[in-house]
Amino acid sequence: MSGNQVALWYLVASVLFILALKGLSHPESARRGNLFGMIGMAIAVVVTMAIVENRVPIILAIAIGGTIGAIVSRRVEMTQMPELVAAMHSLVGMAAVLIAIAAVNDPAAFGIPDPMPAGNRLELFIGTFVGAITFSGSVIAFGKLAGLGKHFRLFSSAPVVFPGQHLLNLALALAMIGFGVAFFLAPDKAWTAFAIMTAVAFVLGVLIIIPIGGADMPVVISMLNSYSGWAAAGIGFSLGNTMLIIAGSLVGSSGAILSYIMCRAMNRSFISVLLGGFGGAEGAAAAGAEQRQVKSGSADDLAFLLANAESVIIVPGYGLAVARAQHAVKEMAEKLIEKGVQVRYAIHPVAGRMPGHMNVLLAEAEVPYDQVFEMEDINNEFGTTDIALILGANDVVNPLALEKGSPIYGMPILEAHKARHRGREQALDGRRLRWPRQPALLHGPDHDGVRRCEESDRGRGEGAVRERWQWTVGSGAADEAMRASRLR
Amino acid sequence: MTEAIDPTVFYLIVFVLAVFVGYHVIWNVTPALHTPLMSVTNAISSVIIVGALLAAGSGGEDFGSIVGAVAVGLAAVNVFGGFLVTQRMLEMFRRKQPKSGEKKS
Repeated sequence: MSGNQVALWYLVASVLFILALKGLSHPESARRGNLFGMIGMAIAVVVTMAIVENRVPIILAIAIGGTIGAIVSRRVEMTQMPELVAAMHSLVGMAAVLIAIAAVNDPAAFGIPDPMPAGNRLELFIGTFVGAITFSGSVIAFGKLAGLGKHFRLFSSAPVVFPGQHLLNLALALAMIGFGVAFFLAPDKAWTAFAIMTAVAFVLGVLIIIPIGGADMPVVISMLNSYSGWAAAGIGFSLGNTMLIIAGSLVGSSGAILSYIMCRAMNRSFISVLLGGFGGAEGAAAAGAEQRQVKSGSADDLAFLLANAESVIIVPGYGLAVARAQHAVKEMAEKLIEKGVQVRYAIHPVAGRMPGHMNVLLAEAEVPYDQVFEMEDINNEFGTTDIALILGANDVVNPLALEKGSPIYGMPILEAHKARHRGREQALDGRRLRWPRQPALLHGPDHDGVRRCEESDRGRGEGAVRERWQWTVGSGAADEAMRASRLR
Repeated sequence: MTEAIDPTVFYLIVFVLAVFVGYHVIWNVTPALHTPLMSVTNAISSVIIVGALLAAGSGGEDFGSIVGAVAVGLAAVNVFGGFLVTQRMLEMFRRKQPKSGEKKS
């Protein structure tokens, strides 16, 4: 196959990758998009296989790696998606570093003149250090997400900070660039400079991620997603492969946009996330002080309210997923829908531990996606909704975010406090109940809570389970609990 | 123009245009699918496997081809894992029985 033919096939693959991403604009077109992505990848691999000589080890490596990947993709639980994604980022980073090593070793294998021209070295340097940082950073992120902090302190979900940290990072970054330049300027292969540069980059990746607290993990994963793309693009530059450049840029910009969206949703600047130290003490100070009226209600009461409502918005948080209550919620929602109640779900962008995580968790529980709404789409609806049922979420509905001086001031929230409810004590007004302008917050082990609601819904008047539940009104103290649940 | 364009400049053009395309395509992704977006971009960035294939398939049993083969293995985990887990997630995003009278495209 001629070089031109190969390049044209690579173009086809690149277009298919773009279509794969484009498909994700809607759930129905997304499956087709994913198929396009697979076809693109198959084309890329087969075409490249056709131009290399030694295929046996390749096929073996693909078989082993592919089998592992396939098994993992089937076994992984949806709550573990963040860990999986972090692990996969680290693999991309490591692959980039290994390819760079191979390129330094034998440029001719990639069609690069030997000794390698300075321009290629510069690009290789960029691809390598980004890849190395992606690798070690993702390993730390994986450890934090998987809760391995008990075994190894660097994986602690609390920020790991020490004096002079930023200064050390700066020094290492400068050292890395220095050795990179040495590699760039060297007349021969310059293994030493290359090796030191790569080693420093690995260390730097660790140091960049350890000070970032568990609550900021959605930003970190997005950021590493972006890095893995830039690493691929950097390698593409040095190998002179346009498909790699295109695919890498797509992924890089995707990760960058996701990081931006996550930062905006938490009202955090990207720089302050990177500098780290969030998710620790500052939230704790505000908690506790704000405990306000607490009303108690039984699951029966809630069931009664729900059954008499016209519309209900469920606000799920990660706590719901931790309690594995999605299915119970969905069953309850189905019952309500059967009764003619309009049920919708409201999702905050940072619900869950990675972008879009809560949507996947609900989808896994077979909640139809057309009942699930994003914050911007549903916020105006709370004012005309009878019940906002908040399950395992706190920060994201905390009206404190609207008050100046609170630690979460400025964070966009789901305006659940605008839901219509008047207190359940108040009398029936015609067919309608009136509630206080406060949402009900059902505490307690979510799963059981929801189950009980359901049971009492079913068996109302037959001495249904009478468990006491607290409905915190005007929840103020809850942000710490939310933080805690996200930190796990 | 008297001289040929340097390849690096050419790649830079491709790069900038690709970032531009990426920017516009990604903003159109529905927030509900951000997790599948991440897993599929993961799979796509493992197209770096072509670099690994070149290294591994250069012939000979030298250091470079061994490193390349390891890289092929790592990237292959991502290629298969990334696309398959994305598919698994997307299978869950289905519109259910039209019991609820809502309609939203």
